[in-house]
Amino acid sequence: MGSVSYLEAIRDDDPVLCFEDGNLWMTKGDVPDRDFVVPLGKAEVKRRGSDVTVFAIAGSVPQALAAAEQAAKEGISVEVIDPRTIKPLDTATVLESVHKTGRFIAVDPAHKSCSIASEIAATVAEEGFWDLKAPVRRVTTPDIHIPFASSMERGLYPTSQRIVEAIHQSMKA
Amino acid sequence: MAELLGRKTGVNKGKGGSMHLADFSVGSLGETSIVGSGLPVAAGAGLGAKMLKNGRVSLCFFGDGASNEGTFHESLNIAAIWKLPVIFLCENNGYAITTAATYSVAVKDIARRADGYGIPGEVVDGQDVLAVYDTVSVAVARARKGDGPSLVEAKTYRYMDHAKGLPPVNYRTAEEIAFWKKRDPIGLLREKLLCGVLASQADIEALERQVRREVDAAVAFARESPEPSPEDAFADVYATAIG
Repeated sequence: MGSVSYLEAIRDDDPVLCFEDGNLWMTKGDVPDRDFVVPLGKAEVKRRGSDVTVFAIAGSVPQALAAAEQAAKEGISVEVIDPRTIKPLDTATVLESVHKTGRFIAVDPAHKSCSIASEIAATVAEEGFWDLKAPVRRVTTPDIHIPFASSMERGLYPTSQRIVEAIHQSMKA
Repeated sequence: MAELLGRKTGVNKGKGGSMHLADFSVGSLGETSIVGSGLPVAAGAGLGAKMLKNGRVSLCFFGDGASNEGTFHESLNIAAIWKLPVIFLCENNGYAITTAATYSVAVKDIARRADGYGIPGEVVDGQDVLAVYDTVSVAVARARKGDGPSLVEAKTYRYMDHAKGLPPVNYRTAEEIAFWKKRDPIGLLREKLLCGVLASQADIEALERQVRREVDAAVAFARESPEPSPEDAFADVYATAIG
């Protein structure tokens, strides 16, 4: 899951904003007993793979891992990268992965326009273009208001199903 | 009720829920979930009514907590200088979630804040339905005459917590809750109707049965109604669909 980095944020000399994804609030995970920090600006490769790079932030990380698991059953090797911080953003780790896989999908629970997915997709297009074997793809929340009824709301956020579809499209290209 | 349950048959087809419900057909411009954000909208509706000269009056509900927000002061000021037909009705239930108004509000009566904007500020017993009606009626008449806005503070209470699922916090006494329950607005009105021979016990019981039937029917209708489908999220949001 997108590891929260409050200690590092407090110790940093600059103001740091931490964003929580409400869809992760009920998630449980292990925390070391010792003092531990998640470095700002260093991405974590959550899963190693060689066919497609899936960049995922916040609540879309577990969805991306589930999609990678699903794709693995079909023989597609997916690399999942969680940047953990979006500014500074570890573009070096992303570009290195794209250099290896040649395929890039950005997953982000934010609305599509002006999302971090859009930002990293632009960076990959600018700086990793010659590594690409397929167009970059984004899996985001569509540009629409979030409705109250969960039957409508649930389908708007990036799901593992939608990420799998994007992986298939990327592999076809 | 169907809207509260997020059903396709709700007034906003499940998009609004309890916190963003709107129904223009009955003059409801909509709720907003941000504390204090309804007041500027009410001032805008008042400006619209004044420009259109349609005789409509804008009535805005908010709480003691909202009266500490900047929007409260900005809205009262602009409504006052433009003499907008607006009634700002503060339901002061003594607590902003768990924070006591006695702690967070700098004045004893929120109604006194009207003095800072040169408009009438009335305190009314919020448990007394007829007193609220009378006080608001005076404010409506003033607004319709073009004399501008009023602030009404209804002193009231909520028996339950602010919302379901909040961690239990000990912020008020059982005696205080019991005191207010004895002054329940429905019970007080029932007594008043019976004393004033405006209604018999049988009339009131018949009315209560009828209301119970209506509420039960609304709940049953809501429960039986279908949920919206994911693609419905894109309908009725923009006048012209945008990609």
